[in-house]
Amino acid sequence: MNLSQDQLRSMYRTMVSIRNFEETVKQAFAKGHIPGFVHLYVGEEAIATGVCSALRPSDTITSTHRGHGHCIAKGCDMNSMMAEIYGKATGLCKGKGGSMHIADVGKGMLGANGIVGGGPPLACGAGLTSVVTGSGDVCACFFGDGACEQGTFHESANLAAIWNLPVIFVAENNGYAQSTPASYHCAIENIAERAASYGIPGAVVDGSDVFAVHEAAVEAVKRARAGQGPSLLECKTYRHHGHFEGDQQTYKDDLYKSVSQGKDSIRDFRALVTQHGWFTSEELDAIDREARQAVEEALAYAESSPLPEVEEVTSDVYVSYP
Amino acid sequence: MAVATAARTITIAEALNESIRLEMRADPKIVIMGEDIAGGAQVEHLEDDEAWGGVMGVTKGLVHEFGRERVLDTPISEAAFIGAAVGAAATGLRPIAELMFCGFLGSCLDSLLNQGSKLRYMFGGKATVPVTIRTMIGGGFRAAAQHAQTLYPMFANIPGLKVVAPSNAADAKGLLTASIRDDDPVIFCEHITMYTMKGEVPGGEHIVPIGKAAVARPGSDVTLLGVSLTAVHALNAAETLAKEGIDAEVIDLRTVSPLDEETILASVQKTGRLVIVDEANPLCGLASHIAGMVASRGFNWLRAPVGMVTAPHSPVPFSPVLEDAYLPNPQKVVAAVKEVCAQAS
Repeated sequence: MNLSQDQLRSMYRTMVSIRNFEETVKQAFAKGHIPGFVHLYVGEEAIATGVCSALRPSDTITSTHRGHGHCIAKGCDMNSMMAEIYGKATGLCKGKGGSMHIADVGKGMLGANGIVGGGPPLACGAGLTSVVTGSGDVCACFFGDGACEQGTFHESANLAAIWNLPVIFVAENNGYAQSTPASYHCAIENIAERAASYGIPGAVVDGSDVFAVHEAAVEAVKRARAGQGPSLLECKTYRHHGHFEGDQQTYKDDLYKSVSQGKDSIRDFRALVTQHGWFTSEELDAIDREARQAVEEALAYAESSPLPEVEEVTSDVYVSYP
Repeated sequence: MAVATAARTITIAEALNESIRLEMRADPKIVIMGEDIAGGAQVEHLEDDEAWGGVMGVTKGLVHEFGRERVLDTPISEAAFIGAAVGAAATGLRPIAELMFCGFLGSCLDSLLNQGSKLRYMFGGKATVPVTIRTMIGGGFRAAAQHAQTLYPMFANIPGLKVVAPSNAADAKGLLTASIRDDDPVIFCEHITMYTMKGEVPGGEHIVPIGKAAVARPGSDVTLLGVSLTAVHALNAAETLAKEGIDAEVIDLRTVSPLDEETILASVQKTGRLVIVDEANPLCGLASHIAGMVASRGFNWLRAPVGMVTAPHSPVPFSPVLEDAYLPNPQKVVAAVKEVCAQAS
């Protein structure tokens, strides 16, 4: 494995930050402090972490409505994120986007997306910008197994292939599109097999193994940056919570529940790096404490931030509109 | 290819082509994409040449000058490439995408309804989406229900989009240039029957600002308001009416969103009568919106109910006799004006 201590530390911090952030959002939502809906990324941390750790800051990502983890992994500020989820003026989007549309274009995070399958065409656009400007940047396009059944995914995978765009399609297959099992909504077992029909490489990896995800992402990024076009990376994963908070999850069978409980990317990471002697448990505990503290600060920041001024309703619709 | 520096008479298709060509020369971040906008992609003997140059020939010759890197033939995947144009705009390009017929909106509505129009707002003003979507509107070609629609009210109903529809060659060039340079997403509507219409067009750079209606013909008795082809119908009707002693003022809206309410109201204040001519379907449409706006802001100036000549609440039919009955025309406008004038106090 070709990862430095710093990279490993950073990946671990990202995963525990996402976990802490999401569990904190869950509690705040349960208390009624967060308006609207939230869709939590707990259980899928290794995917955003493994992929984004293979990117450089100028690379872009498109996300889903389960997007908090992608934001954190791409380097978005957690204070502004939490404030956005709280609908505050200090939020990343000034309280206009909320959890489902959280974005930070300056960080290359082109938005969570309330539309399932909304991201792939945008990712093609980001890839086209890279090709036309010669920037060499790539775009990682995250989407769930539900989006694999949208025409936008198929059209975009084909367009990226024929235009040789630097896009990495990352299918986060957590087994359910809302309450509908992938075994029902998808005609094949492995989404990655669809890569063959676009003439691009496809790979299936364990989405709870951050090293496996990272390694596959590095390979796909390398290809994309070298002008060799898109790849499809399917990460098999488990959503530990409901589709949205409040979902009773009656559709999850015992097998899913037990396998899901046995899958914990953070626990596995800890076991591996301590076994190899790369980190001590104490070092990792210290990162845990820092991450927890950062999320507590984010929560305090969000709670103490002002609400948007009502006049903001009609601002930011256009750059200019008489 | 040389572009004239002096005004001359050219077609709307040529005027549009000239606008795109000049803007692409000036700004390397402009790319154009669409189905068959060059045509014949990867056909060996057509490398720097085109098969079609767009289904209506608007983009003829552009691949020759700018190459296939900037003139991108697309697969018939409107959802992917209109969305890609939005994504490219949000990441730094200034794309012009051609949605061949506006009815194909059905295949890519998400890109415009939920992405392109809303990214800036959803992201708190931190995204800019300078994309221009050129699309064909209108009937008259016997193309029937799916290829002859006039959907600017649907576009205009979406906050975040600007909607433009020129009625002559000079405005076609000037408004397209303004649209390409605009930092917001613009839907640029081109009427299917108007590409060969000729008019005097300034050479070199020519810009017509978005959001400004034109008083195409001054008059004092009644205001006729049209956009795109219906502005031409209004002008033709005004000629007929003049012979009958009715002096009509014609407003060419030119832009549907933002709507130039002040120019409309100033005219209604002057004439006291308003007839709106609109090829779109009437329910929640452009004509009804303007009538409502005038009722709200200019009621006291009206001397008669607002007249409306629109398409009926039906799809566009195929058979010529049916399509002719469906579409607004100058005769219908003349009849509507006479009715309004007869009712005037």
